[in-house]
Amino acid sequence: MKLELGFTQINDIQFSKECKVDNGTLYVDPEAVKAFMYGDDDVKAWVKDFTFDVARPGESVRITPVKDVIEPRVKVEGPGGVFPGVISKVDTVGSGKTHVLRGMAVVTAGKIVGFQEGIIDMSGPGADYTPFSKLNNFVVVAEPMDGYQDNKHEYEHAVRIAGLRAATFIGELARDLTPDETETFETYGIKEGIEKLPGLPRVAYVHMLQSQGLLHDTYVYGVDAKRTLTTILYPTETMDGAIISGNCVSACDKNTTYHHENNPVVKSLFEAHGKTLNYVCNIITNENVYLADKQRSSDWTAKLCRLLDLDGVIVSQEGFGNPDTDLIMNTKKIELQGVKTTIITDEYAGQDGKSQSLADADPLADAVVTGGNANEVIILPKMDKVIGMLDYVDVIAGGHAGSLRPDGSIEAELQVITGATNEMGFNCLSAR
Amino acid sequence: MSYRVVHYINQFFANIGGEEMAHVEPELRDGFVGPGMALNNVWKGEAEIVKTVVCGDSYFAEHEAAAKEKILGWVKEIKPDFFIAGPAFNAGRYGYACSTIACAVQDELGIPVLTGMYEENPGADLKNKILIVATSNSAAGMRKAAPTMAALALKIMKGEKIGASCQEGYMPNGIRKNFFEKEIGAKRAVDMLVNKLNDKPFTTEYPMPSFDRVAPNPALKDLSKATIALCTSGGIVPKGNPDHIESSSASHYGEYDITGVDDLTPDKYETAHGGYDPVYANEDPDRVLPVDVMREFEREGKIGKLHNKFYTTVGNGTAVASAKAFACEYAQKLREAGVHAVIMTST
Repeated sequence: MKLELGFTQINDIQFSKECKVDNGTLYVDPEAVKAFMYGDDDVKAWVKDFTFDVARPGESVRITPVKDVIEPRVKVEGPGGVFPGVISKVDTVGSGKTHVLRGMAVVTAGKIVGFQEGIIDMSGPGADYTPFSKLNNFVVVAEPMDGYQDNKHEYEHAVRIAGLRAATFIGELARDLTPDETETFETYGIKEGIEKLPGLPRVAYVHMLQSQGLLHDTYVYGVDAKRTLTTILYPTETMDGAIISGNCVSACDKNTTYHHENNPVVKSLFEAHGKTLNYVCNIITNENVYLADKQRSSDWTAKLCRLLDLDGVIVSQEGFGNPDTDLIMNTKKIELQGVKTTIITDEYAGQDGKSQSLADADPLADAVVTGGNANEVIILPKMDKVIGMLDYVDVIAGGHAGSLRPDGSIEAELQVITGATNEMGFNCLSAR
Repeated sequence: MSYRVVHYINQFFANIGGEEMAHVEPELRDGFVGPGMALNNVWKGEAEIVKTVVCGDSYFAEHEAAAKEKILGWVKEIKPDFFIAGPAFNAGRYGYACSTIACAVQDELGIPVLTGMYEENPGADLKNKILIVATSNSAAGMRKAAPTMAALALKIMKGEKIGASCQEGYMPNGIRKNFFEKEIGAKRAVDMLVNKLNDKPFTTEYPMPSFDRVAPNPALKDLSKATIALCTSGGIVPKGNPDHIESSSASHYGEYDITGVDDLTPDKYETAHGGYDPVYANEDPDRVLPVDVMREFEREGKIGKLHNKFYTTVGNGTAVASAKAFACEYAQKLREAGVHAVIMTST
């Protein structure tokens, strides 16, 4: 399967009556975006109102609580449309051509529904830890209808769909653009790959999807991942939004939809594809809470690795603690099939860094990449402007009573920062 | 003003002699001796070796208490800003002496210390107690070891923030530190996998810990006479979370009285846990902390009684070391209260 991505760099976002992309600037009418978001009945039912703002790199701006980050894309050739099974129909995506508005994102924020939403600082020390400080962010702040507290699943769904619809609306503006840059990605059928790339080790990406319930869910072609069996995808399918995030876990190791669209493991494996390895496919597997599910999913992962006659896999985790069990089960079973593994995780070694970092371990997991210790404490200075609200800083995962200090600064663990210790290996942050 | 440093070396590096002279007793010399020059050169006057302690390796090994007493006495009197020992490379007794005396200076005199040696040197056993720079296994590595040790020592003297072990050159000491790599994690993972596939050396960024597994105690013989307590890492707390147990990375646990409580109702209890879907636990907190069922068992005589207190914390993102410390403390309370068994629920 072959996909061409055409990138248009967005250097600024301006509110305007006319919606267009011109000379690197996105002009967008918030009212038009709002009208498009309200085109969905669930959004209508659960979101009272939306407000809009723009956050640019280097500005003294804090966005919180953050739910999702989404890169606007539009499918211009080939079957299907972006976010299949959710926004577009369920056709198989990942081939043809897709246009991308690079350097920007849609960020959904607003009143908390659980504990987990995060912080994006556009400048200062916090900005070093989140990749989204480098983007021009079109921020959508949702205000829930009264009574949402008793209908959290419905409200979360509505905000998720609203964000995807905003990104779809903006992505559509890229349809007729001539991209600044194009890049082509292709993987082969099993036999074809062996013939085309003889002698290269055959490698797949075992992509673990968080699937533990509210704010811990991931959707594949619209299907809730906790109701899926381990299966395979062409890597390019992820670039068209086949996997979306409904998931805030702790913000630091949450895979936003942006992470799925720009999966760095997919990117790095494509860079090595045909040179040092033969990139075969992605294997997606969930992280459910029940032991029987964990056993079944990890059995299937190992089984598929063997069936595909792989030589090696990269395993990426999402979340921590309970999913450490899934990570270790997967790794151990895959290694016992004679398939070599490298895993990407992050650490909860305590604020002093002295604790054991994972909740489960096995000697077969001998090749580990870490996204850093999420318990490490950071001081985030006061920002001139807050998009969203600071009301929840003390109770989000990584905060504590008194995190928000009288002078407006925040003392909290890295956990609070969206994407800080991402376990797809999106960042340079690590630990030893 | 430059920082004042005391340097510890053995008879070989002081040019007294090899194995045949390893019996020499500790002596104190002015200024630097032997490898001390390389350290001084890097410091360029910002720090300086004011005294050098020379001691035979055999003497230290065979008269450890006496050697320590003598050397500590000197160092105490000199009051240096820093104490540096070695590097010892793969010399076993020298490495042991460097680590042992450095550790004593640090612990007993409160002076910051540093030593250096090969990772397999027996002296490296103390790497979790004192900072030890990893060196090659022979003195040929001095050209690399001395600048690394000198640079790290100067950082410590200046009170600067110390980076991760791989940046500063010290052996991993059980304290995880964040830093920014040059490449993103995914690229590092692909490179590591390609090396592993080609049987080339690779270094894991997190060596697997040896996992602490606790064997359960033997089963109770007679439940009908047992006092049983409920404990949880699922974050069940009185409504409003009065003790502010964190939603992740809990810094403490809560102890709550359930005398006369038959059922955990959503108007009085909730979960503080941020790591799972809280909707169902908040609808009926007994789902995580089954007080209702335990009361039934109590009435039916299946158990003697339910302990009148429960202990709770949030497991989410909480360091294993913290969890262990909480449990050690409240296990004692449970024991003192005559509790026979605990049902620990997790989420």
